[in-house]
Order: sequence, then C-alpha cells, then structure tokens
Amino acid sequence: MASESSYYVPEQSKLPIFATIGLFLVAFGAANWINDGSSYIFFTGALTMAAVLWFWFAAVIRENMAGLNSEQLKRSYVWGMGWFIFSEVMFFAAFFGALYYIRNFSVPWLGGEGALGSSNMLWEDFQSTWPLYVTPDAAAHGDNAKFLGPKAVIDPWHLPLWNTLILLSSSVTVHIAHVFLKKGQRNKFNVWLGLTVLLGIGFLYLQAMEYYEAYQHLGLTLESGVYGTTFFMLTGFHGAHVTLGTILLLIMLLRSVIAHHFKPDDHFGFEAASWYWHFVDVVWVGLFIFVYVLGA
Amino acid sequence: MAHGPQAGFKRWVYTTNHKDIGTMYLWFSFAMFFLGGCMALIIRAELFEPGLQIVQPEFFNQMTTMHGLIMVFGAVMPAFVGLANWMLPMMIGAPDMALPRMNNWSFWILPFAFAMLVSTLFMEGGAPNFGWTFYAPLSTEYAPPSVTFFIFAIHILGASSIMGAINIIATILNMRAPGMTLMKMPLFAWTWLITAYLLIAVMPVLAGVVTMMLMDIHFGTSFFNAAGGGDPVLFQHVFWFFGHPEVYIMILPAFGIISAIIPTFARKPLFGYSSMVYATASIAFLSFIVWAHHMFTVGMPIAGELFFMYATMLIAVPTGVKIFNWVSTMFRGSMTFETPMLFAVAFIILFAIGGFSGLMLAIAPADFQYHDTYFVVAHFHYVLVPGAIFSITAGVYYWLPKWTGHMYNETMGKVHFWLAFVGLNLTFFPMHFVGLAGMPRRIPDYALQFADFNQIASVGAFLFGAAQVVFLFNVVRTVMGGKKASEGVWDNAQGLEWTVPSPAPYHTFSTPPAVR
Repeated sequence: MASESSYYVPEQSKLPIFATIGLFLVAFGAANWINDGSSYIFFTGALTMAAVLWFWFAAVIRENMAGLNSEQLKRSYVWGMGWFIFSEVMFFAAFFGALYYIRNFSVPWLGGEGALGSSNMLWEDFQSTWPLYVTPDAAAHGDNAKFLGPKAVIDPWHLPLWNTLILLSSSVTVHIAHVFLKKGQRNKFNVWLGLTVLLGIGFLYLQAMEYYEAYQHLGLTLESGVYGTTFFMLTGFHGAHVTLGTILLLIMLLRSVIAHHFKPDDHFGFEAASWYWHFVDVVWVGLFIFVYVLGA
Repeated sequence: MAHGPQAGFKRWVYTTNHKDIGTMYLWFSFAMFFLGGCMALIIRAELFEPGLQIVQPEFFNQMTTMHGLIMVFGAVMPAFVGLANWMLPMMIGAPDMALPRMNNWSFWILPFAFAMLVSTLFMEGGAPNFGWTFYAPLSTEYAPPSVTFFIFAIHILGASSIMGAINIIATILNMRAPGMTLMKMPLFAWTWLITAYLLIAVMPVLAGVVTMMLMDIHFGTSFFNAAGGGDPVLFQHVFWFFGHPEVYIMILPAFGIISAIIPTFARKPLFGYSSMVYATASIAFLSFIVWAHHMFTVGMPIAGELFFMYATMLIAVPTGVKIFNWVSTMFRGSMTFETPMLFAVAFIILFAIGGFSGLMLAIAPADFQYHDTYFVVAHFHYVLVPGAIFSITAGVYYWLPKWTGHMYNETMGKVHFWLAFVGLNLTFFPMHFVGLAGMPRRIPDYALQFADFNQIASVGAFLFGAAQVVFLFNVVRTVMGGKKASEGVWDNAQGLEWTVPSPAPYHTFSTPPAVR
C-alpha cells in the first residue's frame, strides 16, 4: 500500500444526481406503467440512465487514461465489482430457494403429504407431482380454473443442452480472449471476444425460440401455475443477465476495436465484464441442473 | 484537493465528500425519524382509549405500515450509514470513501425513494396497509393499487443500500492507513464491515421477494397462491431470510458505537477486543439460520421448530459476550456520565431487556402465546429504540463536537436523555403486560381491560416525542455555535478521529497517518 497519498477523490460531480433522477424515473415510471398503462416516464428514465452511464463510464475511462487512478483506486473498483456480483448471486439465490421450497415442501404438502398435508380440505383430488401438470386450482375446478398447468415442459436434452454447450464454450472463448489481451495481441483478442459476443447472441436466440415453443405449443406460460412461474422467473432473469452481459462484452469489443482501449496490464473494464459473464454462465449451469434436468 | 466546499446548494447536490454526504444522510434520517415518529404518535393517540376516536381503521393500518417502513429504511439504516460516512474514513486514516461518486448516488436515491413511498398516502386506495412485513396475500391479492409504487420504492432503496455497503467494504478493506491491520481497527469499522456484508447478502433477497409480489399481482404468477401450486408461507420464508439479518443490520453498527463510547468515559481500554470481533461475526453468521423463529405459528414441521428455536437461543451467547465485555470495561473504571455515556449505559441495560424478551420469544412452545401480541411489539421496540436509536443518539452527542467544532449543551443533553429514558420505558414496558394478557398487535381498537396500560404507553410516547424536540434544538444550537471543542474533545478518547482538529477539516488524511 504505497500509493495512498495519490488516491484520486473527484472534486464534484453532476453524475450522481442525474443517475438518481434517471433511476427514480425508471422506478416511478415502471410503477406508473403497470398501474396506469402510460410508459413515457419509464422510457424517459431509461434514456436518462443510459446517458448517465455513458458519461459516467467515459469519465472513469478518461481519468484512468490520464493516469489519475492509482493501483489502490483500481483495487476499489475490483472490490466493487466482486461484491456487486455477490449481490447478484444472492438475488438468484432467492429464486432458487423459492424453487427448492416449492418442490420439496409446499407442493407435497398441498398434495396431502405429511402432518401438514392439506389437500383433502382445500383442493380435492390434487396430486403432488413435478412438473405440476395439474395445479390445485385445476384439480378442483377443471377447465374453469384460473391457473391451468402446462401440457408439457421443455425437454432438457434439446435446446437447453445446446444452450449449455454454447454458454460453457463462451466462457472458454472469453478466457482465451483475456489471455491474448495479456499477451498484447489485440487482433486475436478482438476475434475471440467477438466470438464470445456471437455465442451470447446465439444463446439468446435459442432461448427466445424456447419461450416461443413454450407459449405456442406447450401451454407453458407465466400463468400456468407454479411450474411456469419458477421456470420463467428463473430463466427469464438469467436471460436478462445474459442480455446485459452480452451488451457489456459488446461495448468492450467496440472499445477495443474502435478506440484501442485496454493495455496488457490495465484492462479492468474488460475483466469486470468477463467476470460477469462467468457468473451468468455458472447460474446457467444451476438452471440446467435444477430447472431443466431435475424439473422434467 | 486543497479546495474547500463550494457555496450554495451545489455543494450538497454535486458533492463527493464523505463528510458532506454523511451530514446529508444524518439530516435525512433525522427528518424521517420525525415523520415516522409523528405516525407513531397518531397510533398512540388512537390507542389512548378503546374505541375509535381519531382515525379510521384503514388509515390506522397505513400508519402502522408506514411507521415501520420509514423507521427501518428511512431513519435507522440511513443514520448508521451517515455515521459510517462521517467516521470510517477518519477512523481508518483514509482520504475519503473508496468510491466517492457512487457514495453521493447512494444518498440521493433515498429522498426520491421516500418521496415515492410517502406519496402513496395520497393515492387512490391509500398507502400500503399490510404491515411493514407485507405478508402475502395481504400485500398481493388484497393490497391497494399503491403497492406497485411501494415495490419499486423498495427496489431503489435496496440499490442504494447495496451501493452504500459495497462502498463501505471497499473503503475498509482497501483504504486503511499503513499499519492499521484489521485487528487494530476500531470496532465501529469492524461492525460496519460485517453489517455491509449482511446488507449485500440480503438486500437482493428483499428485491427478489418484492419482485415475486409484483409478478403475482400483475403478471399472473403463483409464487404465493396455493391455487397455482404456490404457498403464502413461501413469502414469509423469503421475507424473513432478508428480515432477520436486517434486524442485525440495525444493531451491529450500534455495538460499534457503544464499544467506542464506553471505554472513553470509563477511561479504560475496551475489554476483550478480539472476542468482540468474533462475537459480531458469530451473530452475523447465526442471523442467516434463524429466520423462521418469526414464523413458529405458521405450521412448520417439528424439526424446523426445534432447529430454529435452538439456533435462535445460540445468539444469546455472542450477545452475552458483548454485554459482559462492556460491563467489564466499566468495571473499576473512572467513570463520568456525560450525555453520550448516559445513552450508552442505558443502551446496555435496556437492550439486554429486549434481548431477554427475545429469548422468551425464541422458545417455540411459549411463542404460540406471545405471537402477534403486544409482547412482540414491546420486544422489538426495546431492541430498536434503546438499541438502534439510543446508540445513534449517543454517537451523535459523542462525535458532534468533532463535526461542528462546538460542544453541545450538556444540561440540555441530560434533559433529553432523562425525558427519552422515562418516556421510552413508559411507552414500551406496559406493552409486555398487555401483550402477555392477550392484546393483539396492529389493531386500532381493543378490549376495555387493556385501557390503563395503553394510556400509560400513550403518555410515554408523547414524552419520548417531546424529548426528541429537545434533541433537535440542541443539535441545531451546536451547529450554529457554542463553546469551542478541542482536538481530543473528551478526556481519554482513543482513535485517529481525535487526532484531527475540531471541526474536522473538509479533507482529512490526504496523506495517510502513521499507525503504530
């Protein structure tokens, strides 16, 4: 810790207050959109946020290129990204935990298992199964039920298997890109990073096909009881994170191709994006096992 | 970095200075404390007599809900973050927080989020009325339309907390002066490091649970709806997985403050420093495996009841270590009782009462009687008011001379303390009795036999409220002027923050101090 005396503390900044306004408009606008159907505030906020993030990251990059960022300051960014990813892990943990509880406790109880079983009182004829093809509602009310179960679920050994292979190889390609960056071979870095971005887009395309299939042919929707609920919320949030990760990596690619950013020994922007990418990859492995394979 | 602060409102809006941001956090929290306090007084005024006098039950429910939310997320948490902002960089010899711009962002989200939350009071159908714990299906199927705004307010509050916590961790792990090893840090830094970890671990879970609510309400999912195969009890599990660590988020920094104040006024070093660190870490660990003690009556397998009962009781051990250490620190010390010390000593005694009633509630079979009664209200107010609020107050009196350069008025401080102490006990102690006798919580009306104790509680509440006005007056007067404070301020205060002038210069430790 030799460089404390040069820790760069920015004097004043307009970025946070605009970020606040952007975030507030996004949140308030989302609530307003859902409740009243008007989306203007939300999109105003989203644009504000996007602009703020652009200027904010530009400022950080500029400071780094001007040599203001000491080794110690860079460590702060490293800690920041690491703990941010941990917070994301905990967000997914909530949904994985919910899936665990529903599968192992509450659905069996609804089906009358154990001392807490309640089905004979509340939902006559309900049988505990997973996937939950017949919801308690459907068991009691037939086709008049609000929550009809899915007719079928996604077969893990087709599209999801391909998606697993795609994401796992994209983690490898992004790592190879990193190795070339550290060796200073920019062209190879660009190629391998570009390949990673393509794999990310490929994953998202297959995921969209899978959703289309689920909605059009399988009757598997958000409304199809708790199977659809957990399936779409887990895979949906993961998909949203893959989208964000792809955008991050694409920005890193453009920074490298257009602006020649990143040095062999100074490229935390890229590293942070690649950590994020490895993280969504690990979440996918969890999804593949617990949602697709054990869920079908 | 030689510049001082800019003049006018721009200083506060654009600032990246940890002291400015700390000040804003503290004033915001003070404002929320009064707002939430007014709601509490509406509740107590209505409960002064049986029957309905002042408000309608619908509005009463909104008051209990908003009081809880505002006090937890608006008063207590931001106050601790404000103290962290002010004190941590000075305590560990850092020039500022690790990520100064994000620091400002974390703060400014709060007023916007609370504007959104409080605006629900004026929306059609009223504000959230389902209790601060917002159990499904009250908060889903039967919720007012404003619940959507509540959900998104929680989302951005959570983002603020996570960013604040990341900043604190990065500051503590990366910005310590050379020679300041982890085990030489003041306990306030240690307790905040662990609190920040808890925040990052559980605020996303809160975001998850409100997202599940949002989806259930508006997008046809069935997380909490048994008709679709979900379970309302799932809500409680996910909520309390956040909620229990949240309780410790609101008390661990308090332990740090008390561990700074007691040695100063006992004129002895803290007894058992390393055991304090390990006890804090143990409490944090245990906080993740006790959540279902809030749900003993919900219908859990017996193994669950037993596990959560014993795990909960275990928490008494590290907490006992702490109480023992504070008492041992005072033992045979040359004690004086300035206002911070009065609040600190009251903290130890009254927090222990709240701890013991917690132990009673931890006993699963006994909890079936206490559950959802005023006994629970008495318990958590004894840990939050003399716990969180008293420690924050003690911290403010303790560090106010360092912040402002002026001594506060000691007489007024003592008046504040005694009014608050008496008012608090009058308010919350009788609640134990009415709770044990069976008065349920969260009701605007009650049976006649509970009237006497409720009247005492209401009188106490207004006394406690009045005490806070004295506090506000004292703080404002100290900010405006008063006797000059010296560098060390107190007789025997230890730590880097007492080596800089009072008021602390705008930028402290541009070059790191040497720590032996």
